[in-house]
Amino acid sequence: MHRALPCYVVLICLLLMAPIVIVVTLAFSGEGYLQFPPTSFSFHWFVRFLGDPQWQASLWYSLVIGVIACTIATVLGFFAAYAFVRSNLAGKKLLLSLLLLPIIVPTVITSIAMYFLAARLHLVGNLLWIGICHAVIALPVVLLILLSALQGVDLNLERAALSLGASRARLFLKVVVPLAAPGLISAALFAFLASFDELIISLFLTGVRAQTLPVRIWNSLHLEIEPTIAAVSAFLIGITALVLLVDGLLRGRRAATMNPQR
Amino acid sequence: MGSAVTQPPLSGSGKGALELDGIIKRYGDERVVDAVSATIRPGEFFSLLGPSGSGKTTTLMMIAGFVAPDGGAIRVDGADLTHVPPQRRGLGMVFQNYAIFPHLNVFENVAFPLRARHVAEAELRQRVTGALELVRLDRFAQRFARQLSGGQQQRVAIARAIVFHPSIVLMDEPLGALDKNLRYEMQVEIKDIQQRLGMTVVYVTHDQEEAMNMSDRIAIMNRGRIEQLGPPGEIYEHPTNEFVARFLGEANVIEGTLETVARDEALLRMRDGTALRARLGRNATPGRAASLFVRPEKLAFGAGGDGNTVTGTVRRRSFLGSMIRTVIEVGSGTHLTVDLANLGDGGGPEVGASVSVCWPVAHSMILLD
Amino acid sequence: MPPRDSPPKRNMLNRSALLMLPAFVMLAIVFLVPLGWFFAQTLFVNTDPTGLWSQITDVLTSRAMLQAIITTNWISLVVTATVLLMGYPIAYYLANRNGLRFTLVVFCIVVPYFTSIIVRTYSWMVLLGRTGLINHALQSAGMIDSPLPLLYNKTSIVIGMTYVLLPYMVLTLFAAMKSIDRNLLLAARGMGASGPMIFWRVYLPLSLHGVISGALIVFILSIGFFITPALMGGPSDVMVAMLIERSVEITLDWTSASVMSLFLLAVTLVLYAIYYRVTDVRRLMGA
Repeated sequence: MHRALPCYVVLICLLLMAPIVIVVTLAFSGEGYLQFPPTSFSFHWFVRFLGDPQWQASLWYSLVIGVIACTIATVLGFFAAYAFVRSNLAGKKLLLSLLLLPIIVPTVITSIAMYFLAARLHLVGNLLWIGICHAVIALPVVLLILLSALQGVDLNLERAALSLGASRARLFLKVVVPLAAPGLISAALFAFLASFDELIISLFLTGVRAQTLPVRIWNSLHLEIEPTIAAVSAFLIGITALVLLVDGLLRGRRAATMNPQR
Repeated sequence: MGSAVTQPPLSGSGKGALELDGIIKRYGDERVVDAVSATIRPGEFFSLLGPSGSGKTTTLMMIAGFVAPDGGAIRVDGADLTHVPPQRRGLGMVFQNYAIFPHLNVFENVAFPLRARHVAEAELRQRVTGALELVRLDRFAQRFARQLSGGQQQRVAIARAIVFHPSIVLMDEPLGALDKNLRYEMQVEIKDIQQRLGMTVVYVTHDQEEAMNMSDRIAIMNRGRIEQLGPPGEIYEHPTNEFVARFLGEANVIEGTLETVARDEALLRMRDGTALRARLGRNATPGRAASLFVRPEKLAFGAGGDGNTVTGTVRRRSFLGSMIRTVIEVGSGTHLTVDLANLGDGGGPEVGASVSVCWPVAHSMILLD
Repeated sequence: MPPRDSPPKRNMLNRSALLMLPAFVMLAIVFLVPLGWFFAQTLFVNTDPTGLWSQITDVLTSRAMLQAIITTNWISLVVTATVLLMGYPIAYYLANRNGLRFTLVVFCIVVPYFTSIIVRTYSWMVLLGRTGLINHALQSAGMIDSPLPLLYNKTSIVIGMTYVLLPYMVLTLFAAMKSIDRNLLLAARGMGASGPMIFWRVYLPLSLHGVISGALIVFILSIGFFITPALMGGPSDVMVAMLIERSVEITLDWTSASVMSLFLLAVTLVLYAIYYRVTDVRRLMGA
């Protein structure tokens, strides 16, 4: 019985990774159609992806919106997380649940409500507005990461800084932010990723002109399943892997700064 | 370093007088700090001593400004600081867990308060180096907290707390995390620095030896109140109640009834009928229950002339290195502890022997509850 | 001089509470206001109350909606059960391992979890399609003559959704299992219980709150799914979220969209309230 478990786990792990591995492999295949394993290797599909003006535009929109969403979510989330960790407010549990609402409400509903308002205000296709809407979805992720990171900052360090005459601004800039830096970077990366990968809100809010990468994939899928999509998907997977890698490296640093004493 | 103040402190005229005026702190229905008042003189080493939960740390936190009092006032050199935020109080502070910034090296840690005050680079460098020399860590300026031992980190914390010449420094059990030998060394160092710089120090500790060793005056706290305030010698020899008596060291407390009261002396009748005389600190009516207090090192074996004498049987002997502690049962249930210096001569009677114990009247006190 | 009570506390702790204000302002403007405005405009403006109620019942009892509700429940229940059965052993494995094996398995769970849902759905379409990899492999191996219809039915939806939702279940179960006191298991062994008995009588009951939490979160997420069923389902496989999307994109029937959204939202919130009771959000704040 106890040997069956590891076998099962290995099987499931293969099943979990297989689709991703297959997509990445297909992206590099030289064939004109989907064939696995591919008989030839080529960057052909990536060239088509990056050389196509429409895909380029989508990449650009995804990047811009991602940066906007990441910045807003990280900054607002940082201050909110600090407030949750350090203040004496009553009803923090309720307030935190409110901020987590965006991941509870089905995204379809959020999206059409956002679209309804955006259409009235002529904000459909407005990159800044889309970025802000993405920030609301990314905020819970940022909060969860930063709540943990800020709890690891010793309160006495902040007290020491204040007792030494530091203003609130200096306390944040010179003490809290540097100590929470690994968590901040992780939060920013995951916020960016959340926006970069986001599909449903983008479907409604990007309109015809400002399609992000996931939206363009969705539209292409309704036409035909061609390998360029595989290249785009592989690109998205690559971004995910990069974010996870950096976060993994940062975890080590996070643990180190929290425990300076022997 | 140690000379005239070159950088104006952030509050007060810089002499270091601290006044606590009826400080109150409530958590729920409980008064954690209950109308604490004290006047601390400039340059004084003042300790808040008490068991955990006595309110001493909360009081210190209110002086520092991290906890807001529910009543009362805090004044430094006459200025009311009660509602001033901590970063504008200009008080130095040292924490039990050092609170050294892990992302800055030793130099930058000590430089932190000077940078916050926008001190010019050249002067900053000079003052930081001076402070590090004072704590003998000048060679460690480039190191980080994780490369330092506990004692070294604490010295960095001290250097950092004094480099901007505060008139008052607060210390919250700074030596609690260090081992015993290191603690004694650091006590001497801290006291030395304090006297050289002439700062007022408010020192929180639960270790009575530490408090007595370093302080000019001690405030013993229990359940939010100050039980007694005075120089170490005075409160050690003349405690006002049993709590203080027991907290500061070993104490013999003999129960009985107050029989006669003269001007500053009283007669206590033990349950077994023995009459004992002791000093009386304040007025009391005869007939009430009271206790007689006397320190173990004031007792001697033998009959005592015109002092107090009791007889009993030796129950236990303990060898404590520098002294020999003997416990004698006197009357039913009452035990006296006698401490004799270890003079290498065997140190007193053996277990089971019948002995007399005596002491001068002047060394014992009546305690009323 | 008797001590007076000082004016209201203004210490550093309470002022930092203000820092959460910008986040709440953004939440209100970008999330709450659009939702409120949407429901208000589509339901209450331009309609009289009696007409409103009949409109609501019309939409909710229409054939399309009833069918969608049945499909949604059926698929969500199947997905939840599948994910639970598949995920429980994995969480168990993770809760009892450390080091390299732990990291590798976590890696295999986390990478799909953070990959875009469109990529994940696309990958399964590549596998299951008529010209997809599985059919291609089976045909090349000569095992079948014509491609199997693996895609565009309820089964493929279940496969796709299971793939997306498995990490949620595993992570929830893992957290619950980690908190099981090992000493209880040792005590049971010491009392002479056999392996299976320890599992069924001790371990499983102790992990039950994780099972309930995980099942709830997976079910809540399932009923709102739209991408995967839209791409991988057949023409008759319509889930509620898809209906809502169609009302907006195709029929431009805002009122229907609004009524269905309200219904879905109400169900979601009720389920979430139950989930909230079962789990402890406060743990996130370290209280």
